[in-house]
Amino acid sequence: MSTPANTVPGSPLESGVTAPAVITASRRVYWSVRRELWEHRSIYIAPLAAAAVFLPVFLIALTLSPVHRHEPLDLPYELAAGLIMGTGFIVGIFYSLDALYGERRDRSILFWKSLPVSDLTTVLAKFAIPLVILPLLTFAIAVVTQFVMLLLSSAVRLGSGLSVGTLGARMSFFHMSLMLLYHILTVHGLWYAPLYAWLLLVSAWAPRAPFIWAFLPPFVIWGVEKMAFRTSHFLGMLRYRLAGPEPSTTTARSGNLMEMMSALTPAQFFSTPGLWIGLAVAAIFLATAVRLRRYREPI
Amino acid sequence: MPCIEARGLRKAFGTTIAVDGINLRVEEGRILGLIGPNGAGKTTALNAILGLTSYQGELRVLGRDPWTEREKLMRDACFIADVAVLPRWMKVCQALDYFAGVHPRFDRAKAEGFLAKTTIGRARKVRELSKGMVAQLHLALVMAIDAKLLVLDEPTLGLDILYRKQFYDSLLNDYFDRSRTIVVTTHQVEEIQDVLTDVMFINRGRIVFDCSMEEFESRYLEVMVHPEQIAAARALKPIHERQVFGRNILLFDRVERQQLAALGDVRTPSIADLFVAVLSNQSAAQGGAR
Repeated sequence: MSTPANTVPGSPLESGVTAPAVITASRRVYWSVRRELWEHRSIYIAPLAAAAVFLPVFLIALTLSPVHRHEPLDLPYELAAGLIMGTGFIVGIFYSLDALYGERRDRSILFWKSLPVSDLTTVLAKFAIPLVILPLLTFAIAVVTQFVMLLLSSAVRLGSGLSVGTLGARMSFFHMSLMLLYHILTVHGLWYAPLYAWLLLVSAWAPRAPFIWAFLPPFVIWGVEKMAFRTSHFLGMLRYRLAGPEPSTTTARSGNLMEMMSALTPAQFFSTPGLWIGLAVAAIFLATAVRLRRYREPI
Repeated sequence: MPCIEARGLRKAFGTTIAVDGINLRVEEGRILGLIGPNGAGKTTALNAILGLTSYQGELRVLGRDPWTEREKLMRDACFIADVAVLPRWMKVCQALDYFAGVHPRFDRAKAEGFLAKTTIGRARKVRELSKGMVAQLHLALVMAIDAKLLVLDEPTLGLDILYRKQFYDSLLNDYFDRSRTIVVTTHQVEEIQDVLTDVMFINRGRIVFDCSMEEFESRYLEVMVHPEQIAAARALKPIHERQVFGRNILLFDRVERQQLAALGDVRTPSIADLFVAVLSNQSAAQGGAR
């Protein structure tokens, strides 16, 4: 890890000192992300708790009525995934709101700034939590939960003399997981990126109460637009952002989640203008957050 | 290359001028004490030096512009901004892991060695440690960094005298090696008098006094004047006079020791006494000007 490249010449006193280790940018990002996980343990505890609450409920439901002939078998699995993803989404919101505000409130920003980690690295590492880490974590927890559900229902079906094969024929677990991963990475990661970036921006700026500063401006814009122009384009925009890129006809149906999630092929998703507009807006918000962190002092 | 060089350093918060055109030059291997009353601009000046705040004027620290190159500067400089900035949720072992992870000049074994002398356990969280232990931990982390510049802004505020003494002792014995530079601000001036190589007074955003400790010791003398000699002593134009237990203590600048010895007991003044003298003369001069 150490090379003599960075030693200071001309200082005899320092000749015995070992050369500094080379720390790559990716290593700084890695440790910055790790430190976020140390501080915000709810990132993995909350989705795990959601799974831990869901599984016993599922088991009770299963033993009460082992055969659900008249409803789609996929529904409990969708519920599990939805619950865990929803928890991840809420954790992501609260995390992002606190990420750059908390360090100013407890003055630890002075400690972090005493280390050779740039504001850009710090903000990107914090952004990676809702963008990448939380989606992957919720995905892993959701898949494990669904797998446990599959084992449980198979066991109950065997116990009640039903064949396991019919279940296996009705859905492909692997396919379902793959669709879930696609949905989580595209919608919860890329599509929601501007939302998280906005929250990070507010958290870098807010003098206090970042929660209010994050949710008040959209409310005001909606109100002003409504009164001044009697339109609600802004609300429509927000709704579009929150509902996801899928055509509203399919999301509105309470029907099959698989259908909804496969409503957009990757080609369709990546050619949606909304995705790229959102990512551009996210980039602007993040750049501003990086700049703000440089200027902001403890509160 | 000087370690810190500032010309016309200025910083205003709205209409309040915190730092008002400071010229400063700190050479390598010095231990500079920056002394000033509350709100004098010490912390603002240090924040500018550390890249924590923007500024006007010229400033180079280890040859870099701290505001635009904070990240690079922090490879060679480190600081303790306050006693209580270590994140409270952090475990001691996590702090060690993180420093080793991001700092190219951090020597983990060295930090472990410093910590072994304390009673701080690796699994403890910062919030479970006493204020003194947090300061010990922070110092252990910082001393394990092979930095060229260390800045300490009130590093011992709120600590008891034992911890304060220990803090400066280990700083001198285990860290300072004449190739490093240390800048320190504190209100407990008398405790660092023997530690410093240079001293600087700052008041209302300006540097009002700047000298090395050798110069300080040769220039300034304090005499506890015998009551009958008081008129003769005042004739030598002391820069300050105060009374302790009914005895007059006069502070002289550049007056021969033998000359003063005839007047009473001569000794080197404390930095605190000189500080009071310089500041009260300054405010008197300003009062007279008005």
